[in-house]
Amino acid sequence: MYPENYTYTKEHEWVAVDGDTGTIGITHHAQSELGDIVYVDLPKIGSMVGQHSTFGSVESVKAVSDIYSPVSGEVIEVNDSLTSAPEKLNSDPHGDAWLIKVKLKDLAELKSEGMMSAADYTKYVGA
Amino acid sequence: MSETQTLKVTPLNAVHRQMGAKMVDFGGWDMPVQYRGILDEHKAVRTGVGVFDVSHMGEIVVRGPQALELVNWVSSNDASKLAVGQVHYSGLLYEHGGFVDDILVHKVSDDEYFICVNASNQDKDFEHIVAHNKFQATVENAGARYAQIAVQGPKALEVCQKLTSSVLAPIQYYWFVDGEFAGVEARIARTGYTGEDGFEIYVSPDAAVSVWEAILEAGAEFGILACGLGARNTLRLEAKMALYGHEIDASISPLEAGLAWIVKMDKADFVGKTALAEQKAGGLKRKLVGFEMRERGIGRDGYEIEVNGEKVGWVTSGGPAPTLNKNIGLCYLPSELAVPGTKIKVVIRGAGVEAETVPTPFYKRAK
Repeated sequence: MYPENYTYTKEHEWVAVDGDTGTIGITHHAQSELGDIVYVDLPKIGSMVGQHSTFGSVESVKAVSDIYSPVSGEVIEVNDSLTSAPEKLNSDPHGDAWLIKVKLKDLAELKSEGMMSAADYTKYVGA
Repeated sequence: MSETQTLKVTPLNAVHRQMGAKMVDFGGWDMPVQYRGILDEHKAVRTGVGVFDVSHMGEIVVRGPQALELVNWVSSNDASKLAVGQVHYSGLLYEHGGFVDDILVHKVSDDEYFICVNASNQDKDFEHIVAHNKFQATVENAGARYAQIAVQGPKALEVCQKLTSSVLAPIQYYWFVDGEFAGVEARIARTGYTGEDGFEIYVSPDAAVSVWEAILEAGAEFGILACGLGARNTLRLEAKMALYGHEIDASISPLEAGLAWIVKMDKADFVGKTALAEQKAGGLKRKLVGFEMRERGIGRDGYEIEVNGEKVGWVTSGGPAPTLNKNIGLCYLPSELAVPGTKIKVVIRGAGVEAETVPTPFYKRAK
């Protein structure tokens, strides 16, 4: 269920790292808890995000949920396709429905307090 | 968990859990918010049929030679106009004209009225009615004697007809019959909270599970879905039906809420009448009005509304309207602004997002 090469947070986001680029999304567990997702608010390219600080929000029919960044860095790409098709976050949260890509500031953040491997995250959500 | 133990449960609680429902604390009740998903459930009710456990709703029975006098004293609509077997929507009001609750009054006989009330208000409603009982009438807080299951949608009639020998088609909207349903005694009312045709079925709590299962089986050929409170809310919002604690509460009168049609000023005196007459004479300061978002964003319950940078009102209920594919809501605005066509801004996470007031209901079923 949870890709081995991603790193996860307690707030149910994931980050996949390739060189100094981190791709960020929400987890399957997060989308399942939210239910039908109908709206996504994402930052602008060029803005800075901080580790564990909020950079946007995802809204289901019932609720608004803040999204926290697993890592610090500069936003270099935004998944604009989610604006017109937010439901992709329900069907493919670990793939096509990534949220943003950032230029990582500090790779050590991946090993910092609270960051989880796929196995640990699976245990954390009791899956 | 210990929290769950303190929540009240309906007789269908275990069934919901077996069906994989997501449960939430709804006014002290452990209720299903969704099963498959709010959008699918919403669509099932608009295009086919859905079934809801609404056993948390309360029931109050008024009996006696002066049952009508008591009902008419505590409620704003005119219960003397009801025929046996007829239902109407009404307001239970305080002296100052605000809502104790909104209610459905069913006339069972000349000396018996069956009142369906909101779950979290039932004890308050009961005490309110008892406190105003200066008549030859008795009041029973009967919630524990009833489970309530709502079958809603264009296919509701066909599904329900399979389960009863009472002929349902001739029952008009807001009328009911007492009969047998899925093998048990039931009150079958053609009422609902979705804006669709449908029935609300009152049975003994012991029978709730078997009736629920019979409905799901009878509805299988129509693709029936079990629906939670999430879909119930999006459905009622599209149909502009009020929700206590949102559009109406103790501080809001039926006139402000656009419910003047449940206030019969020409009937004999009733609790709240004087205050409403004064409010009417003095003009209403604020009114409920619908809006649609014009920019990207969803205006939700409690968000502020601004016009020219000034706070002028608040959203009572807001969210996506799945049938209409728009983001809609209801809000209170000063009366002069509470007309269709006013440009407003809904404050979403600190930023004003463009919206416009519109005529309601947002959705009306084709008859």
